[in-house]
Amino acid sequence: MRIELVKRKEHSRKMALLSPVIAVGLTLVAAAILFAASGTDPFLGLYKFFIEPLTDSWSVQEIIVKATPMVLIACGLAVCYLSNNWNIGAEGQFIFGALCGSFLPIVYPEFETSLTLPLMLVLGALGGAFWALIPAVLKTRFNANEILTSLMLVYVASLLLDYLVRGPWRDPGGYNFPESRLFSEAATLPLIGDGRMSIAAPVAVVVVIVLAIVLARTLKGFEIRVMGESPRAGAFAGFSAKRLTLFAFALAGGLAGLAGTMEVSGSLNQLLPTISPGYGFTAIIVAFLGRLNPVGILVAGFVLALSYIGGEAVQASMGVSDKIASVIQGLLLFFVLACDTLILYRIRLHSRRTTATGEVSRA
Amino acid sequence: MKNFLKATVAAIAFAAVSSAASAADLKACYIYVGPVGDFGWSYQHDQGRKDVEKHFGDKVETAYLESVPEGPDAERAIERFARDGCGIIFTTSFGYMNPTIKVAKKFPKVKFEHATGYKTASNVATYNSKFHEGRYIIGQIAAKMSKTGTAGYIASFPIPEVVAGINAFMLGAQSVNPDFKLKVVWVNSWFDPGKEADAAKALIDQGADIITQHTDSTAPLQVAEERGVHGFGQASDQIAFAPKAQYTAIVDNWGPYYIERIQEVLDGTWESKSTWGGIAEGHVVMAPYTNLPDDVVAMAKETEAKIAGGWEPFTGPITKQDGSVAAEDGVTLEDGAILGMNWYVKGVDDKLPQ
Repeated sequence: MRIELVKRKEHSRKMALLSPVIAVGLTLVAAAILFAASGTDPFLGLYKFFIEPLTDSWSVQEIIVKATPMVLIACGLAVCYLSNNWNIGAEGQFIFGALCGSFLPIVYPEFETSLTLPLMLVLGALGGAFWALIPAVLKTRFNANEILTSLMLVYVASLLLDYLVRGPWRDPGGYNFPESRLFSEAATLPLIGDGRMSIAAPVAVVVVIVLAIVLARTLKGFEIRVMGESPRAGAFAGFSAKRLTLFAFALAGGLAGLAGTMEVSGSLNQLLPTISPGYGFTAIIVAFLGRLNPVGILVAGFVLALSYIGGEAVQASMGVSDKIASVIQGLLLFFVLACDTLILYRIRLHSRRTTATGEVSRA
Repeated sequence: MKNFLKATVAAIAFAAVSSAASAADLKACYIYVGPVGDFGWSYQHDQGRKDVEKHFGDKVETAYLESVPEGPDAERAIERFARDGCGIIFTTSFGYMNPTIKVAKKFPKVKFEHATGYKTASNVATYNSKFHEGRYIIGQIAAKMSKTGTAGYIASFPIPEVVAGINAFMLGAQSVNPDFKLKVVWVNSWFDPGKEADAAKALIDQGADIITQHTDSTAPLQVAEERGVHGFGQASDQIAFAPKAQYTAIVDNWGPYYIERIQEVLDGTWESKSTWGGIAEGHVVMAPYTNLPDDVVAMAKETEAKIAGGWEPFTGPITKQDGSVAAEDGVTLEDGAILGMNWYVKGVDDKLPQ
């Protein structure tokens, strides 16, 4: 038997909906095999990984906490990618935004008013936008490849953070350890719920809704999509590619910077040498898993966060290695991308006999 | 189909609940910053956890999370254990300090133990070991064995513990050879085999024929083995990775401490305190001395016995790098001065990053 992929004339709508379901199914099967091979009960493993985290209000809140920065960043990245701007440096924009947002509580700790937090958030968003505008300007002015410039600025930002927490911003009462002072109450994002969820979560939902409406219903949304699919057609409509590049990068950087500031203020309460476990890079995956659609991104962010929390749960309760958890995350992504093939291609099976006779006749 | 699903979920849920309610009197949980297979820092903590399992048998159940990054994920990992019914939680890296304190506030009945930090609370104790005692001994060995009179030191972060280690090594070396030279490379990481190996190569190229490190991987020792120079194991006995190059290793022996503290929880006598044990307490152990002539082994053992008897390597005369006096002849530095050390002793060929 031979399996052949045949290109479809157009995208299959049925498959677009079905492929993530098939992918999740395949992941479950593969994960069960993996659990069994590592000597643990596969059903218990699957339950702890994918279902138990959803049954407890604490872990649901933790999933939301984990998903929030990824969703915010991915929303901005979706605008970039839809308009053909390949911003890979959200991690750096996240970090630089967090640095700008932390400026007030670290350098002026005695500035504690109701204005502190709003100012921090504004500074954070502006900082992230500024960091993103560097590759944008380099692209529009000098035609520099934004993939490279935005990526390289990630390292600049994280080294800058490293320098600040070891040097000028080091906690004066911290025995030389590399960390900033703790933020004051006024600089801490208010919490909602009984866990660690802060108002960052509803902010992310609002951003998703606004962006979904803008993309689907407004001229700006139309401009973003047209310029991505056919810049020439866009130019005839009077849209400026350069202005849109600046807009998309500034928006993505602003959202990443906002996410960074909210993470630092709501979750860490201080700056550390590393403040992000790779949110900016994971958000790229979230953006594509969500098919560059804000609502899809919300779902994808939640699923990916679930895989982190679930992975931790099987480690903690069943003693499964953390490598198994990462392999399952990898499998999920792998199957999702592989199943997406089905949207553009369909599978045709050739039976063995026809192939065999074919060979005979050729001989 | 629906009923079948329901039944399956119920069965699985039942299995989950019944497995959680085990017969153990206490659950002891550990958070590691590296993989348990780092053969260094986290590996040794996990050895301590295994000692606990062996000692208490069914009375104590243990669990751990490895490779938990210091940052936003740490607090969740600690809280997960607190919610999962752990009676005592060991958080084994400095960066877990503030998350530990935060979670401890929410769970006043759970005991927390934070390694290498300085913040305590009524239910948060801290513990660390006097690794600098071992460093003094390996400094002496280095000065005896080095032909070039130069050692290379791969350092992680300029925090007091690491600085004190460099100083103790230098004081030990100077007690044998007052002109001994020490070069330091900062790699700004606890665990980065690539960077550590590069640093070792650079130091050997600069004339060091003894390599020592305050980072967690076996890479520096493996480079020493390849290049035909010598070195010391860090945190655990790494002789298997460098059978010809390793002279000895400073082994972190956490088992006795873990067993003692867990026993106290079981007895209801646990109290928050700061523990700082060394060779005398058995928290720092020297691995077997290998590849060394008898007289050097004798010297090392003599120093080891002296330290076990209560002698402190940071005993004057100690001169700082800038020429000022840190301790007069015969005067011992106070614990606080060692725990907050931010200066080099005279003779270290490096400028302390500030």
